[in-house]
Amino acid sequence: MSQSADKVLDHFTLFHQPEYRALFERKKKDFEFGHSDEKVAEVSEWTKSKEYLEKNFAREAITINPTKACQPIGAMYAAQGFEGTLPFVHGSQGCVAYFRTHLTRHFKEPNNAVSSSMTEDAAVFGGLNNMIDGLANAYALYKPKMIAVMTTCMAEVIGDDLGGFITNAKNKESVPQEFPVPYAHTPSFVGSHIVGYDNMMKGILSYFWDKAEDYSVEKTQAINIIPGFDGYAVGNNRELKRIAAQFGIDVTILSDVSDVFDTPGDGEYRMYDGGTTLEATKQALHAKATISMQEYNTNQTLQFVKEKGQEVAKFNYPLGVTATDDLLLKLAELSGKAIPDSLKLERGRLVDAIADSHAHLHGKRFAIYGDPDFCLGMARFLLELGAEPVHILSTSGSKKWEKQVAKAVEGSPFGAAAKAYGGKDLWHLRSLLFNEPVDYIIGNSYGKYLERDTKIPLIRLTYPIFDRHHHHRYPSWGYQGALNVLVRILDRIFEDMDANTSVVGVTDISFDLVR
Amino acid sequence: MTKPGLRQIAFYGKGGIGKSTTSQNTLAALVELEQKILIVGCDPKADSTRLILHAKAQDTVLHLAAEAGSVEDLELEDVVKIGYKDIKCVESGGPEPGVGCAGRGVITAINFLEENGAYEDVDYVSYDVLGDVVCGGFAMPIRENKAQEIYIVMSGEMMALYAANNISKGILKYANSGGVRLGGLICNERQTDKEVDLADALAKRLGTKLIHFVPRDNIVQHAELRRMTVIEYAPDSKQADEYRQLANKIHNNKGQGVIPTPISMEELEEMLMDFGIMKSDEQALAELEAKEAAKAAAAGA
Repeated sequence: MSQSADKVLDHFTLFHQPEYRALFERKKKDFEFGHSDEKVAEVSEWTKSKEYLEKNFAREAITINPTKACQPIGAMYAAQGFEGTLPFVHGSQGCVAYFRTHLTRHFKEPNNAVSSSMTEDAAVFGGLNNMIDGLANAYALYKPKMIAVMTTCMAEVIGDDLGGFITNAKNKESVPQEFPVPYAHTPSFVGSHIVGYDNMMKGILSYFWDKAEDYSVEKTQAINIIPGFDGYAVGNNRELKRIAAQFGIDVTILSDVSDVFDTPGDGEYRMYDGGTTLEATKQALHAKATISMQEYNTNQTLQFVKEKGQEVAKFNYPLGVTATDDLLLKLAELSGKAIPDSLKLERGRLVDAIADSHAHLHGKRFAIYGDPDFCLGMARFLLELGAEPVHILSTSGSKKWEKQVAKAVEGSPFGAAAKAYGGKDLWHLRSLLFNEPVDYIIGNSYGKYLERDTKIPLIRLTYPIFDRHHHHRYPSWGYQGALNVLVRILDRIFEDMDANTSVVGVTDISFDLVR
Repeated sequence: MTKPGLRQIAFYGKGGIGKSTTSQNTLAALVELEQKILIVGCDPKADSTRLILHAKAQDTVLHLAAEAGSVEDLELEDVVKIGYKDIKCVESGGPEPGVGCAGRGVITAINFLEENGAYEDVDYVSYDVLGDVVCGGFAMPIRENKAQEIYIVMSGEMMALYAANNISKGILKYANSGGVRLGGLICNERQTDKEVDLADALAKRLGTKLIHFVPRDNIVQHAELRRMTVIEYAPDSKQADEYRQLANKIHNNKGQGVIPTPISMEELEEMLMDFGIMKSDEQALAELEAKEAAKAAAAGA
């Protein structure tokens, strides 16, 4: 045996030992009965062809690797951004394990959430009793300040009525009458995580704002910001707060997960940490305006905020110089305060950095995929860099989004090759990458399979990032954030350059010390 | 934004009792009171709007969604059809018998309508709901912030009375946690024994009232064959006036709904026996014995 207690081999080494190689061979020969290696290679080659691309884009009945997750994940994320809030998922138990795992794999932080554990009998008789007992248990055991209820498919298909159930549970004294239990219906088979985010935000705001007795309270000068579902939230929300502080604006981030997903290891266990306080959430009704950082995450919520008499503004993941300019100008306009000199200085530094590196970015072709807002923000930033966004793909993208992307790239010489693909998946992108190659892919961890197949380097810049650590702690918004993103892109370009010039005596004529 | 005084009502009742006919005739009459109306048919058969639209059956939300790929790809204009005197019509639709989940279809359709602003600019939303309350989906229209008053269409037949009582049980479940109330019973004449009295007695037991007794009149069938309401086909007929009266009563019934007090199966059966509709076991047995004795006597002779 190659494994011994004195020298434990990890999987990188162990599975390449002769006995494991032999075992895999035998498994393939005696049990798998697959096609020959030649046939597999032949079909693999065929999937790269133009003919296959056309078949692939004509496909109707299957989605392969969509760039989206399901509604409850977004709802759980939004709920966790509030002080002491326990997400309560009404439905079957396994779903909740998945939501928690997904978020934890990215943020490397625990995600506490409970389930009402509906089983066969609840599917037949309805989940009211699960709600009554579940709320009582969750309240007694985990002592939250708020419980936010969302649903899995099961509860949705049988039509459980959350509003009615929660009232019934309160009447049965599961939780005190005045204890906040906002809710959102979040069927996984409709929309995506960004729709779930929207539903939960609206649910929480309606809970606090609809029962406010006095609507005539004069609006304050405060501004609310809704960040949307964002894998870089820890860095980005802190950056937003830093910018607001420099302005001297009173800003409330609605659903602020920055401290929730970045608890310190100082020996003290925090079941709940950070988040927008419930008091601030209540008071946010009286703010002057609400800004959404991601339009497609907040369609319903912004509409609701507007109906409450606030000014609203929306952005599409504002990334880069112009997008940050627009954000700061909006903040200046709403607050009546001038853009601080310190931020102007940051802008100048960013522009300088872009100019310093432009030779390596100019004309480089990129594929971008992810959420609709991220794709828009990223494409705009690439244009600023003189790089060319070519394939822009989002499974959650609508026809309206496709038009919006087309408009964003219109007029720029670097946007001539750009095309938006709404409702398409990563298997579509694979065909595109083989037939209309690009230099780099911008996406998330799932892009590593595309990178492996197409040999096109991947830059991980959006949720979920499972196989690289801690990037979410650095901002991508604001001038500082744009600088981070610029460096991430450049690093990958230079690594790639070095890798391609590293054969001594063959390619090393360009293996330069200075780039 | 929806209008502040928006009335949302729903018609429930046993299958085949004449819900759709009654509701469409009543709503057509309600237009004469200058009310803007949206009908939401919640029945996979999709026949809740045919008299208003003069069409066999309109394309349903779910049918169109399936064609377009998903509900998100639909526009409001695709699903809302305008019929008699500008009544807006929508059918939720649903699966073929034997497959899928019709209840979910109702939820999907109503969510779509709300999110896309179908309730803006109307005075009435009327839901026409299939049969008995059978699952959470069919109860969607009676959830909080939806129908405020439910009208149960019934007749003097036994099964219709059972159904009315059952629907009341459904309403009771939601009334305790929300604002839904039972607006009243509408009896569609089937010419059964003591029909008015029976309907009235059940209404009292349920804590509500028999809001209207709609007499049977062949003109309804004549109008239906022409895919019209009586209001449109024969506006001066006596039957048209009956529907106008019902429309008036519903219009003035705002906020008058009650939390129903459904009765147990035993109580219901007792009531039917009191009215001689149902026989007790002893009675039935005695009759059977008498019959057999008569048969035996005949055979012996």
